[in-house]
Amino acid sequence: MAGRVIVVTSGKGGVGKTTTVANIGTGLALRHKKVVMIDADIGLRNLDVVMGLENRIVYDLVDVAEKTCRSVSKALIKDKRLSNLFLLPAAQTRNKDALTPEQMIAIVDELKDDFDYILIDCPAGIEGGFQNAVAAASEAIVITTPEISAVRDADRIIGLLQEKEIYDPVLVLNRLRPEMVRKGDMMDVDDINDILAIKLLGIVPDDEEIIISTNKGEPAVLNAHSKAGEAFRNVVRRMEGEEVPFMSVDGEPGLFGRFLKILQGK
Amino acid sequence: MKLFREEFPSKKQAVERLRLVLVHDRAQVSTGLLELLREEIITAISKYVDIDEEELEIELNATESKAELVANIPVVRVRRPLE
Repeated sequence: MAGRVIVVTSGKGGVGKTTTVANIGTGLALRHKKVVMIDADIGLRNLDVVMGLENRIVYDLVDVAEKTCRSVSKALIKDKRLSNLFLLPAAQTRNKDALTPEQMIAIVDELKDDFDYILIDCPAGIEGGFQNAVAAASEAIVITTPEISAVRDADRIIGLLQEKEIYDPVLVLNRLRPEMVRKGDMMDVDDINDILAIKLLGIVPDDEEIIISTNKGEPAVLNAHSKAGEAFRNVVRRMEGEEVPFMSVDGEPGLFGRFLKILQGK
Repeated sequence: MKLFREEFPSKKQAVERLRLVLVHDRAQVSTGLLELLREEIITAISKYVDIDEEELEIELNATESKAELVANIPVVRVRRPLE
């Protein structure tokens, strides 16, 4: 088998790339797919802590590139919950120049035949780290939040992905707050779809459970009660080709809210 | 508590500002967009009027409320109708 190689990217930092990789990776593994997640954020490694695997690291991405360890598989860390889920961690003490796009392509080539999915967690920005992360990918998931700055950066990233011949990136809209959308104080899915004009893969509501799950090092997809977890489970089903309706974000206001609407003639 | 909504919810401002900023971003990023536009305009207009190609100017202007494409095309001569 030749696995799908997907880069998760956003341009802007702090919009949820790493959280998304952890959740999608875990979600796919829950569906019995063989998955490897590569943390390409060299110098600022984080996917290990989000996954709760920080104590198991021996070798990292740069060790593999420089052949300090004998093979890629030596550096893979097996997840503690799912035996078909693996992490290739970033180097923490090196900088972004420690890797080249060619090395990245070689590493991914070596993994491709053994996995169904190779997910690459891209660093923020559009410089070398981005170039490395994108080099080996044939698909892309763009993450944004409903804020001007994040959407603007997502637009730029979509342009840059095109230059790398990734023409059909899909969008995950993260941290949507239905209450604010209802009040007209947050851009809605339609607004953002309209502007970015790429296919929507998922809408993830803002959810305190994400912070709790990160504290514990357990991705929210494993939590049946987390709304964000449910959204990520839906994302995974869509990646697998299922038609899953999108969560409604403008949930009906309560009785008092409806009364207000009538008062305002809306 | 606010009983009545503001006339202009902040989301609309976000959408408007985003649209304008992206007009600029996209035009700047795709180098050659204005150059291409310039050449096609020259081809189209030259069928009907002679223009001073050297002096032709195209600019993309974005203000706070709108974006506009401004072309300044000096006409040298208008062709005689074919009939």
